Amino acid sequence: MAEREQKHRTPNANRVTGDAPTEADSGTRSESGEKIKSELDDLLDEIDDVLEENAEEFVKSYVQKGGE
Amino acid sequence: MAVHKYLGLETEFGIVHRGAAEPNPIAASSLLINAYLDSIARGATGRDDPRIDWDFESETPGNDARDAPAPESSPPKVETHLVNTVLGNGARYYVDHAHPELSTPECADARSVVVWDAAAVVIAQRSMAAARALLADGEELVVYKNNSDGKGNSYGCHENYLIARSVPFYRIVDHGTAHFVTRQIFTGSGKLGSEIPGVDVDYQLTQRADFFEAEVGLETTLKRPIINTRDEPHSDSTKYRRLHVICADANCSEVATLLKVGTTALVLAMVEDAQPLPDVHFTAPVAAMRAVSLDMDLARPLVCTDGSTVTALEVQADFLACAERYVAAGGSGCVGGDEIAQLVLDHWRAVLTGLESDPMSLADRLDWVAKYRLVDAYRTRHGLDWADPRLSAIALQYHDLRPGRSLAARAGLVRISNDDEVAWAVDHPPEDTRAWFRGTCLTRYPDAVVAANWDSMVFDVGEPPLRRVPMMEPGRGTRAQVGALVDRSATARDLIANLGS
Repeated sequence: MAEREQKHRTPNANRVTGDAPTEADSGTRSESGEKIKSELDDLLDEIDDVLEENAEEFVKSYVQKGGE
Repeated sequence: MAVHKYLGLETEFGIVHRGAAEPNPIAASSLLINAYLDSIARGATGRDDPRIDWDFESETPGNDARDAPAPESSPPKVETHLVNTVLGNGARYYVDHAHPELSTPECADARSVVVWDAAAVVIAQRSMAAARALLADGEELVVYKNNSDGKGNSYGCHENYLIARSVPFYRIVDHGTAHFVTRQIFTGSGKLGSEIPGVDVDYQLTQRADFFEAEVGLETTLKRPIINTRDEPHSDSTKYRRLHVICADANCSEVATLLKVGTTALVLAMVEDAQPLPDVHFTAPVAAMRAVSLDMDLARPLVCTDGSTVTALEVQADFLACAERYVAAGGSGCVGGDEIAQLVLDHWRAVLTGLESDPMSLADRLDWVAKYRLVDAYRTRHGLDWADPRLSAIALQYHDLRPGRSLAARAGLVRISNDDEVAWAVDHPPEDTRAWFRGTCLTRYPDAVVAANWDSMVFDVGEPPLRRVPMMEPGRGTRAQVGALVDRSATARDLIANLGS
């Protein structure tokens, strides 16, 4: 996974990953890249609003036995 | 020419009864479905009781497509005592084991599957709303469109495709395995971690790969096989098989759903028409399935029996090239025509190109990418460890079907359907399959339909005996074929008389 994160931080690939931009590529990002980043930031804010309050209890209690 | 690839989805939903002292998933699933049925009874249909019993007359899930099934095969049990009904859009809505399950009506093409699958989500949403009105304050039923609870329990999203019985089953096993193992790169819904003890991974492409242990078999709940051999055609068994595919994820992304069923319909049509197809035989298909799911870099070499290696992307590119030639040579008829075939091919090509160059560019089209983007961005922002329960909560809540809570609905996913046609599909069947006859009769003659299933309907015409109308051809009973006859039949008795004349 570490290798993958590294890969996504290259200037070419970081436009929609949400990874923090590095100094090296911050000056070259396109306007659409900025827009996508800003939309992702808004989405992360929204996740904080709608995420289940007690995440640990919620995840622990999600049990689905029997199927198919 | 291959038989028309009639197709559909069966989705088992996860269910949570919030606020219940002792939650019981079977009771919760029953309450969910009954609340919906009661709400439509109060609505436009005006029926006192909208429950049309499912008719188990032709259910034979224990039949095996292989001539000599493995002796350890254990067919699934059919439960007949739980709520199990047919809806006006031709779908089946029922409690399966401990889950609510909705099977789409038979569709004639992949895009229709997307529309009726989206309608299934609306039905689940309306069911949740109807149940909330019946429950005490602080209680709620919540439905999830996913396939795993993260604790080793899985439930399915099964696909069904009509194929000619004349196709040797080993050819379906051959090419189906190559396709099912490799299509995971676009069908996966993404999962944090692995449910196989000892497998250490932060994130994988699919929910389901962890649960597959066999190459071919009849089971669906244990020792799950990549190729399921259930031979229950729900149609003329002398002419057809129904390939029951159990190995993919349920998708929130419509593009992923379109590709899951659209590419598979094309591959099966090419198998049936004996077209050239990738000659790929993995030495260990089950291990290959898991390897593809665990490989976010999409570069893992998969070993073939001839000693060569291929990647999932390469195999899919080969399948796409074959499908492009097949469609160019006039093969689109059996998958719903040129427009549908081109829609599938265009998305298939664009997705493979995106996966090759920059998978994260597909965050608006593939579930595993969309979910990874959310989880990873949230992790980065808050400096969290991959094991943080907040990330697991996000991964779970991606599939929450409540509009106010769903994260998939907020992920900016590209739509294939539009709201108007989905709203229509909640109450209306596809017009170009036998589902039209089923759904229309339920709405038009509600008091006369005693029972229904995929391949027949039973009517009470006011005097004995009950009349069973067989529907052994999935392509017979369309609006074009019987619309005028139904229009001039004011009652079920007229209908039966007119059908016989």
